[in-house]
Amino acid sequence: MFDTNIVNDPETVHSEINNSSQIVIKDLWKVFGRDSKRVLGRKYKVLSKDEIQEKTGCVIGLREINLEIKKGEFYILMGLSGSGKSTLIRNLIRLVKPTSGSIKINGKNLTKMNHEKLLKFRRQTFGMVFQHYGLFPHLTVLDNAAYGLKVRGISKEDRYTKAREVLETVGLKGWEDYHPGSLSGGMQQRVGLARALANDPEILLMDEPFSGLDPLIKRQMQDELIELQDKMQKTIIFVTHDLHEALKLGDRIAILRNGETVQVGTPEEIVTQPADDYVQDFVRDASPAKVITAGTIMEPAKIILYAWEGPKTALTLLRNNKRRAAFIVDKSHKLLGVAREDKLEELVNKPEKVGKIPASALRRVPSVGPDTILEDMFSIVTKNQYPVPVVDKNNRFLGVVTTDQIFESITPTEGEGNV
Amino acid sequence: MFKFPEVVTIPLAKGIDFIMSWLLIHLDGFFDAIGFIILQVVVGFEALFLFLPWFVIIPLAGLAGWKLVGKCKTGLVFMILMFLIGSFGYWELSMRTLSLVVASVFFSLLIGIPMGINMARSDKTEAILKPVLDGMQTMPSFVYLIPALMFFGMGKVPAMFATIIYAVPPVIRLTNVGIRTVDVEAVEASKAFGATAKQVLFDVQLPLAKPAIMVGINQTTMMALAMVVIGSMIGAKGLGMEVLLAINRIEVGKGFEAGLSIVFLAIIVDRITFSFSEKKQ
Ligand SMILES: Nc1ncnc2c1ncn2[C@@H]1O[C@H](COP(=O)(O)OP(=O)(O)OP(=O)(O)O)[C@@H](O)[C@H]1O
Ligand SMILES: [Mg+2]
Repeated sequence: MFDTNIVNDPETVHSEINNSSQIVIKDLWKVFGRDSKRVLGRKYKVLSKDEIQEKTGCVIGLREINLEIKKGEFYILMGLSGSGKSTLIRNLIRLVKPTSGSIKINGKNLTKMNHEKLLKFRRQTFGMVFQHYGLFPHLTVLDNAAYGLKVRGISKEDRYTKAREVLETVGLKGWEDYHPGSLSGGMQQRVGLARALANDPEILLMDEPFSGLDPLIKRQMQDELIELQDKMQKTIIFVTHDLHEALKLGDRIAILRNGETVQVGTPEEIVTQPADDYVQDFVRDASPAKVITAGTIMEPAKIILYAWEGPKTALTLLRNNKRRAAFIVDKSHKLLGVAREDKLEELVNKPEKVGKIPASALRRVPSVGPDTILEDMFSIVTKNQYPVPVVDKNNRFLGVVTTDQIFESITPTEGEGNV
Repeated sequence: MFKFPEVVTIPLAKGIDFIMSWLLIHLDGFFDAIGFIILQVVVGFEALFLFLPWFVIIPLAGLAGWKLVGKCKTGLVFMILMFLIGSFGYWELSMRTLSLVVASVFFSLLIGIPMGINMARSDKTEAILKPVLDGMQTMPSFVYLIPALMFFGMGKVPAMFATIIYAVPPVIRLTNVGIRTVDVEAVEASKAFGATAKQVLFDVQLPLAKPAIMVGINQTTMMALAMVVIGSMIGAKGLGMEVLLAINRIEVGKGFEAGLSIVFLAIIVDRITFSFSEKKQ
């Protein structure tokens, strides 16, 4: 679906530009320290982060970042501590000023905005969630959630109505009048999320939002975020250290090292084709079952029968192929179910003539989408004697996945890169 | 022993004297105006404290002890202390001292809090102000009396002027520190929502720095009280003057009573202002 492995190659990036990109980052540098521009001169630019720090005293935060993020995409930033994830997020909202390069959001160049425009842009475009919640301890939960609206100058009544609404969405109904200090960590982060969502921002920036929570709460919050995102379809930029979190949530993952992007790709690409040892280290304990999708391993079905062919033809075809059952689809290739040999025989032997195979004769079987990860298919394949059909959104038949294929793809194969 | 060579002299004293006389000549009107404003405020407070009769102020002190400091017992102690001051015969003088303190604190906060805010906002301002504040606090307090005397002559105004300068550093310092130590994420959250500098200040920084600022106000108040006492050397009527007179006349008992009155006042003022900094969120 997406182009893969953009490893700091400006050409690939440029050729990839298309209209659906909401955020376009080009040649972005952030250097901390005195007189930081000089680092961009020819003399220093080529040196490594450590060398630059030694020679100039400046710290490289980001180095030649080129990224494109699509509208509605759940985009993950990963990397070791100090790799520049927070710096990237803070550049996006201009909490720090880029040293050079450009950031375009919805076609507007953020780096060229004056202060006033920038404030307005922040109000309209962004919601941000912080690792340590960043709540206002002197305000109630309701006032916290309503803060963004207050900044925008919305009347008390309206902003409270909206804030109550989002607090309910994140499951905090009844807590409006408490102060954040009296809430558990998970609940505080819900307040943080509600506060960010109250503004109905296009882009949600989340800097390690769940890393302070214990595992159970964390998983719960992730699930809820996924659910929310299904409804909201916002562009989310999400920083995490946790590979499992990244794989679970992300549509795409960018891996940073020393301020540079090392690899950008879907979870599956990152896990199955890590660009180098650094990425390899990250994905070492990733379970392929969590990233490989039905779409990648499915195969065409050995035999597909069409409903209109009628039971007799179907039975013949089935026997010719030495099969006991087959998937039945309609004219537009929509999956109807499974027809078994015995059922078809019954139909053929009936006194009255049957034209189309009736739905009543078919067995309904659970199907999966092409994006379903293997892990989610285990329970289906163990309960089901048939291969699992893969269908698209409109229930059109795409292919099948068998138990054998699943186990083959998650056991490491020798010789290939995936060691 | 080697004597320090006499040829090496830097005429700092002369320079300062020169600046002082220049200021006196050229900024005379300016100092008059400042003196006028200071006087109006202190006279206002004095009128208020002297207008309220003792039987109103003592219960008020009790109420403050009870409601603000938190215990009924504290209120009772406050009332007893005020009563004792009255019984020493120093009611009126202590009210005058109090009004000087309140007026000086009023000006100190008026100057100090905005300065603290500016200091927190700019590293440069902080770098410049910090040594100045250190200097101001280590300088013996009566050094301030001399220029004050020269600018404003004898009386309440120079005493107030010296007091303000002496008492203002803590509130500046603690406002600065308070704002700088506010949770970075809370400030960033506010900024991320597109808050203006003013909104960040009033919505987040000041409320969260409040406990620290209150500690500063408490310190400023206590220093003002100490300085007001010294200020009576240059003619500010009040408890300090009474101590001074008692020393001159070698009236140990009288001096002790006046001294105790100052201590009582200090205890009450300290506890009340400190209670603000302890208030739970
Ligand atoms: N204000 C600053 N001044 C100087 N250097 C900074 C500043 N902020 C960040 N850096 C440096 O920039 C680099 C990237 O930091 P950043 O905080 O973005 O890392 P990160 O990937 O978010 O790490 P973590 O996982 O620890 O949050 C680090 O080397 C850091 O020391
Ligand atoms: Mg970070």
